[in-house]
Amino acid sequence: MTQRTMTMTTSDLSATNKLEDVQGDNSSFRGLETRAVHAWFGKHHALAGVSLRFPERTVTGLIGPSGCGKSTFIRLLNRMHEFIPSAAMAGSVLLNGSDIYDPSEDPAMIRLKVGMVFQKPNPFPAMTIRENVLAGIKLAHLKRDNHDDIVEQCLTRAGLWKEVKDRLDASGGSLSGGQQQRLCIARSLAVEPQVLLMDEPCSALDPGSTLRIEETIKELAEKITVIIVTHNMQQASRVSDYCAFFLTDGGPGYLVEADSTRKMFTNPSDPRTADYVQGKFG
Amino acid sequence: MSNVVQASDQVTIEPQRPWAVKRVVRATNAGRLALFAALAAGITLVSPLANADGWALAFLVVNLTWTIATAVRLGAKERRDAIVRVVVSSLAFLAFVPWLSIFISTALKGYKGLYPGYLFNDMRITSYDDELTFGGVGHAVVGSLIMVAIATILTLPLGILSGIYLTEVRGRLTFMVRFIVQSMAGVPSVVAGLFIFATVVQSMGRYSGLAGGIALAVLMLPTVSRTAEEVLKLVPDDLRSAGYALGARQWRTALMVVLPTVKAGLTTAAILGIARVIGETAPLLLTSLNTNGFMWNPIGGTLGSLPTYIFAMFMYGSEFSVARAWSGSVVLLSIVLFFFVLARRLGGRSEKRAKAGVGKAARTSVGTK
Ligand SMILES: Nc1ncnc2c1ncn2[C@@H]1O[C@H](COP(=O)(O)OP(=O)(O)OP(=O)(O)O)[C@@H](O)[C@H]1O
Ligand SMILES: [Mg+2]
Repeated sequence: MTQRTMTMTTSDLSATNKLEDVQGDNSSFRGLETRAVHAWFGKHHALAGVSLRFPERTVTGLIGPSGCGKSTFIRLLNRMHEFIPSAAMAGSVLLNGSDIYDPSEDPAMIRLKVGMVFQKPNPFPAMTIRENVLAGIKLAHLKRDNHDDIVEQCLTRAGLWKEVKDRLDASGGSLSGGQQQRLCIARSLAVEPQVLLMDEPCSALDPGSTLRIEETIKELAEKITVIIVTHNMQQASRVSDYCAFFLTDGGPGYLVEADSTRKMFTNPSDPRTADYVQGKFG
Repeated sequence: MSNVVQASDQVTIEPQRPWAVKRVVRATNAGRLALFAALAAGITLVSPLANADGWALAFLVVNLTWTIATAVRLGAKERRDAIVRVVVSSLAFLAFVPWLSIFISTALKGYKGLYPGYLFNDMRITSYDDELTFGGVGHAVVGSLIMVAIATILTLPLGILSGIYLTEVRGRLTFMVRFIVQSMAGVPSVVAGLFIFATVVQSMGRYSGLAGGIALAVLMLPTVSRTAEEVLKLVPDDLRSAGYALGARQWRTALMVVLPTVKAGLTTAAILGIARVIGETAPLLLTSLNTNGFMWNPIGGTLGSLPTYIFAMFMYGSEFSVARAWSGSVVLLSIVLFFFVLARRLGGRSEKRAKAGVGKAARTSVGTK
């Protein structure tokens, strides 16, 4: 835990965040890293100079008020940003040291390595539960022969196996909202991503389902890197090892501070972080 | 703890689009296509292949050969990608060939009769086999536009209303309305013309543009209401629920929430309907007939139109009159094309706006494109 804390970067308090490289060695960093990334929608500068590191096998919570660019940032991490016609970006995003925006990279392969769970549960309605879990394998033409094992394993890791093991051939849409979201998590796990991005995965769920998904996230962190956007401060403090706080002053969103979750919630270096996590604004 | 400031923070930051196809690549691709087009033209000259179809075939073969030749040195996955891409774009291109072929051969036969005054003169004092530098098609364009306008005024409200009935009201007659509207699409145009002849023409005692417009409306209605229904079906139910949850009645919601959302789609529906009927000949021969001069009154007697102009010119059969028929065809095709492009432009714009979603910035998104 102490070692993890040290690898997290904090940033300058000004709008141009500088990467404070605590450990020095850049090339051997394992995990996801952004260097001074910016995002634009047409002429609208939505995100400015975010440098962050997400070490392997950790959970990072992204927090901040509405409209500060969290979703934009997270979509930059698996090249979903480019689907918006007017979108542009600057800076670089490195996965285990190699730039995912390099022209030689295949965006489809990047998205296979960096999975995503969306705010609204979106299981494929025309597929059964089982087919939903295996959808990624079929879509990406992955060669796997132990399909039954994969289904059981992914549903178990997503905390859904017990509830659905007797009705794997029911439609994905026949589940409750919370179950659907866990099905979506299982679906993204089946392609064995190295990083899982979650944009407010629990915002539409009841406390019970939320807790179960949080447990799932903690278990996932034993194997993969998880980055989760949340508006729920308790959730951020419960699931994440690190937190990053974003803010906007009307202009582009920027990173205020990033540190270990304990420090962010007990003794942050920026007074705005303290106010935000205590619910004084935003 | 030392602060290592990254160099990348110091330079001025420019928006980039690393995912976009590089300009050099795009230029090379365009250059290659131009080269292949020229090559295909060369092949058409020396081989038995002829005309636009022959050229298209040669162009296709050259492209496929090139892709297969270059795909050999790619990996399995990229090769599959490249081949699928070429097959799909070739098929799209093939669908384009009949259209291209019709348009080019019409233009080749019809360009002789096109002179600046062609669009503004009529055939009142010019006889059908006069020199091509006399007379024109202006009266037929005016007549066609008058009748299409009448048809649009009649069908647009009806089509939209039936679309609303089918998607919003969903009353007990939904099945019947849909069945009747769709089977109307199967009514042969000559039967529609005959029907209007028996009712409107006979009761008015003369042929007229109004009768022609009504006959066209009968043919246009299925297209418009069908397209309107499809467009309205695309409106997500969430939007309607949002309207109801604000206390709006069903018809208010349909009028103020649903219809504005699909304004552009309904415009497309109207334009597709217009493009569908503007070339109809048979019903007009039974309802509005033909004239040789400008005529602005839709109830004042026979009214000329582009299809009947073309028909009359062909039937006359002299060298110059047939050439006039081809020139009229060029004008008619251009008008249809214009309407289709217009429909695409209007539909495309609303699509873009819907995708861009929120924010003023999205609407003025130029710059980085
Ligand atoms: N598709 C888009 N087109 C244009 N502007 C956009 C688009 N998506 C987001 N923006 C703009 O980018 C900025 C950041 O939006 P983003 O969705 O990233 O915020 P967020 O932090 O995820 O907010 P929330 O917590 O409400 O989800 C906002 O100002 C928004 O208006
Ligand atoms: Mg968001």
